[in-house]
Amino acid sequence: MSTRLAKTGRLVDHSRAIEFTFNGKRLKGHPGDTLASALLANDQMLVGRSFKYHRPRGIVASGAEEPNALVGLGEGTRFEPNQRVTTTELFDGLTCISQNHWPSLDFDIGAVNTHLSRFLPAGFYYKMFIHPRPFWKHVYEPFIRQSAGLGKASNPGDPDRYEHFYYFCDVLVVGGGVAGLQAALAAAEAGSKVMLIEQTAHWGGRAPVDGGEVEGQPVADWITATLAKLQDMPNVTLRNRCMGAGVYDHGYALGYERVADHTPGSDAPRHRLWRIRAGQIVTATGAIERPLSFAGNDIPGVMLASAIRDYAIDFGVSVGDRTVVVTNNDDAYRTAITLKQLGLEIPVILDARQSGGGALADEARALGIRVENGKGIAKVKGGKRVEGVAICAQAGEGAVLEEIKCDAVAMSGGWSPVVHLWSHCGGKLIWDEAQAHFRPDRANPPKGAKGEGFVIPAGAANGTGDLASVVADAHEAGQAAAKAMGRKPKGKAPEASTSVEAPMQPVWLMPQGAGIKLRMKSWLDYQNDVKVSDVQLAAREGYESVEHAKRYTTLGMATDQGKLSNINGLAILSDALNQPIPQTGTTTFRPPYTPISLSSIAGEAKGEIFQPIRKTPMHGWHEAHGADFEPVGQWRRPYCFLRGEEGRHEAVNREIKQTRASLALLDASTLGKIIVKGADAGRFMDMLYTNMMSTLKPGRCRYGLMCNENGFLMDDGVVARLDEDTFLVHTTTGGAESIHGHMEDWLQCEWWDWKVYTANVTEQYAQVGVAGPNSRKVIEKLTEDDISADALTFMGWSEITVAGIPARVFRISFAGELSFELSVPASHGRALWDALLEAGEEYGVMPYGTEAMHVMRAEKGFIMIGDETDGTVIPQDLNMDWAISKKKEDYLGKRAQERSHMADPNRWKLVGLETLDGSVLPDGAYATAPGTNANGQRNTQGRVTSTYHSPTLGRGIAMGLVHNGPDRMGEVLEFPKVDGGIVKAKIVDQVFYDKDGEKQNV
Amino acid sequence: MSEAVTPLNGARVNGLATIADAGLTGMITLRGDLSSAEVKAAVQKATGLDVPAQRQALSGQGAAALWMSPDELLLICDYDGVAETIATLEEALRGQHFLAVNVSDARTYLHVSGTGAREILAKLCPVDLSPEAFTPGMFRRTRMAQVPAAFWLDEAGTFHLICFRSVADYAFNLLKTAALPGGEVGVYG
Repeated sequence: MSTRLAKTGRLVDHSRAIEFTFNGKRLKGHPGDTLASALLANDQMLVGRSFKYHRPRGIVASGAEEPNALVGLGEGTRFEPNQRVTTTELFDGLTCISQNHWPSLDFDIGAVNTHLSRFLPAGFYYKMFIHPRPFWKHVYEPFIRQSAGLGKASNPGDPDRYEHFYYFCDVLVVGGGVAGLQAALAAAEAGSKVMLIEQTAHWGGRAPVDGGEVEGQPVADWITATLAKLQDMPNVTLRNRCMGAGVYDHGYALGYERVADHTPGSDAPRHRLWRIRAGQIVTATGAIERPLSFAGNDIPGVMLASAIRDYAIDFGVSVGDRTVVVTNNDDAYRTAITLKQLGLEIPVILDARQSGGGALADEARALGIRVENGKGIAKVKGGKRVEGVAICAQAGEGAVLEEIKCDAVAMSGGWSPVVHLWSHCGGKLIWDEAQAHFRPDRANPPKGAKGEGFVIPAGAANGTGDLASVVADAHEAGQAAAKAMGRKPKGKAPEASTSVEAPMQPVWLMPQGAGIKLRMKSWLDYQNDVKVSDVQLAAREGYESVEHAKRYTTLGMATDQGKLSNINGLAILSDALNQPIPQTGTTTFRPPYTPISLSSIAGEAKGEIFQPIRKTPMHGWHEAHGADFEPVGQWRRPYCFLRGEEGRHEAVNREIKQTRASLALLDASTLGKIIVKGADAGRFMDMLYTNMMSTLKPGRCRYGLMCNENGFLMDDGVVARLDEDTFLVHTTTGGAESIHGHMEDWLQCEWWDWKVYTANVTEQYAQVGVAGPNSRKVIEKLTEDDISADALTFMGWSEITVAGIPARVFRISFAGELSFELSVPASHGRALWDALLEAGEEYGVMPYGTEAMHVMRAEKGFIMIGDETDGTVIPQDLNMDWAISKKKEDYLGKRAQERSHMADPNRWKLVGLETLDGSVLPDGAYATAPGTNANGQRNTQGRVTSTYHSPTLGRGIAMGLVHNGPDRMGEVLEFPKVDGGIVKAKIVDQVFYDKDGEKQNV
Repeated sequence: MSEAVTPLNGARVNGLATIADAGLTGMITLRGDLSSAEVKAAVQKATGLDVPAQRQALSGQGAAALWMSPDELLLICDYDGVAETIATLEEALRGQHFLAVNVSDARTYLHVSGTGAREILAKLCPVDLSPEAFTPGMFRRTRMAQVPAAFWLDEAGTFHLICFRSVADYAFNLLKTAALPGGEVGVYG
């Protein structure tokens, strides 16, 4: 029976009770409890089922290392799976459910797997499900997916908010135990700006449980005093409930603060991810006790000795009335002594060491506790909870000497420093023979840009033992960190208690000669159900690398990442391979230390601020007038404007017909606009564009093509010359930033001595395309300036005043009609739009969207970057040799275009495609050619690059790249459709509408 | 002529800090050799201010000079005074290699003020916003969540923040969310 003790529980408030539910059962706890301590106080030993065999499992640990006790926490939109009960603070109204069982926790069908465990060894899935091959997709995978996974996925609609916080400090100390407090104090007293973070709600770590004195006062009092001292220092920031999740290059670290997990529904953000830049990082992350590998070590009630001690002292919870202690070191005696002093029974302490323990063992004996040296557990009796243990000689094969009834087992296999954060960024480890653990190699820390170490381990995380050495080590670490930051630390470490312990003895299997039956019940990885026998099998099958053995057996691959299992597992592997442990090495430690919420990583990015949406000055009008938006980069541009009941297709057709017949408006504000100015601007423009730009006269516009240095087409647009020194470059919407960057790249890195400055003024202007036969008339209504055909000729621009707004008017055409683009300061964009709509009413004016724009340019045979180009297309492919200057010595891409493959006459070239039946060709369809290629695929001879229904012509039109296309006019190609069948299309000229350009020249 | 309107049209919200549309403001991108006597004289003539040092903002009566890059300044003036200021610059820099261009409408300009201002910005921008590190007169071009932004701090403790016009709503909503009550971090101010 686990139950609440009356007199202990330093962290809980006995005077208040709070309610929570587990699997619908109403239970009571106290403020200050973790969910784990509250469950144990209610004798809820069984908390879940294991992953593979569905074995009954209980709480093993008291902290972040807990492998078993994962629950689904919360309800509805706040439901979250796989939450560790040991790190979940209890709050009033908490609800949780156990995981991985069906139909119920107590009676679980899947538990049949445990009886089949002989047939489910390591690598079972790999071996079993490989044949017959087709079965994987149709039988095995669906079946495995059904049974895989621990908790249920959470539900959409998380109501909480999350945030990041950027913080900078000289010294970040991770871990708020005695070592962390002392290291922070030492660094802060030297003048460093210090941040100290602690993953739990409490400061001081485990020291108050184990006692001792620092500076002549009980350690608990010293913690309180030191904390107060740190809180008073202006150069110290303290944060509890904030886990050091990861250490990265250049002193970057992540702190995962669970701000409001314990107060759900409060107005605080639930999690805050601290993105910290620290000069030095001190890892005072403590140590984790290791389990012992004996048969039945996973039965609920078998726990880490330190955890049993923690529950008794911190939370006032006894795990059992009769607790057998089994150990290979002196520390576990503290558990026996603690429990005995609380009036609980310790039937026996089994010490695997033949020579037994030291002073603590004597103390235990003096309390009347039976101590058996050289003994271990042959197996634990019980199913859903511990009923007793069978004792054997550690040196033997497990012959039972005696059976003892008990309801709890406290085990200790020694302590492993928490080296995760030290290792995340490359800190090396050394094997400590005496302690049988890996600890940080101070000589090989993670290194910064100058080759200097930036992480310093402290205290138990550095492998130190008693309180005095922990405090001294932490003091030194704090001072070293401050010194590395240019401070001159002074002062000695405080005095603290020392204790002399007998040496521990590594015990990787209990008993050491355990036969296969025992080994098959000796768990290494509780969460993933990996046993001693599995690791040994992996070694026999040739998985000699620890990384391979890990993946083959799944040892350490669960959500706890092997915090309890890794050292024991690799010791078993080393033994099986007959090599020393350091030679086997460890698997890689990767952030985060324990799982952090994905929401904390996303931070504020949800809902309306999930991502930036770029809006033009007319966006609000579009929203209010039926705009059906499409994303263009981060812009939202109207694809079309829906009216009444009509669909997209009808809307696009209507917009095109209106443009061709009378007047329509396009919001072209998203087009890139870049100013290029300077004495060498003309020379620079000639390098950027394939055609000649330097000869452009002020007041005139020219269409140009831009290639990258590999010769491929990357952007196009209209250039206007503003004055002798200044060009205005129009880029595609998507190209605004990248083309500006491209320009600066060449100016800064290659032509740094050219006198050219650029400025991206894309957002300075609202731009409206005014298109259609009535476009001149509508602008004339709004201006007194002369924009007649004679005053403003095709491809000319001038400065005018429209609707009282200063504007540039460009007489250019992408739609193929008479059209103008008006550019005004963005703050007046909406006013211009409104004025044009009002003035255009008599012409039935309406806006048109990007799709109408695309169809109309295709009718005119104009290319579109991203449709006709895909990063592998050169201007020559598009028959645009007319836009490539023959006079210029050089332009970006020129030499690349002279390479043999680029000049190859067999390159596919642009043509128009006209379906014989008038249908619309499928986008991206390939034209087939006779025969097959080396892969047995049909040969191809061309592909569709743009394809639309043209309302102007009343049939499908398309452009495509075709082998020898321009020489094959009139030939019919076959394009297979996705749903089978073939569309036949004739090769035609790409200009379908107004070939002579009479419409735009009026 | 129509009234010019800012993208946020005077929006304002109070939370852990006050976030407010700073209104129409003249902004001029000036590129040139910032170390040259001519540019120094031109900036002085146009704004009454010196050329700011790296990451510095110099403020005067209705004007400011902000350091954008080793060869670029952003000059702040009255919205209606832009043409005149550019004319002054062009006159003073005649014959020099430079670029002066009006970008007043390309940006949204916000004031973030109040005790929570530092923490709110530190939630969104990877900048050390502690009072000892970021002091009045400093200017920083940075990232605010997913968009480019820049800000400077005046003597009264108000942050002046600019970002592109098209993302005005996003920027405002970011700051508004970061300023929601309950989100106090408790490290600054």
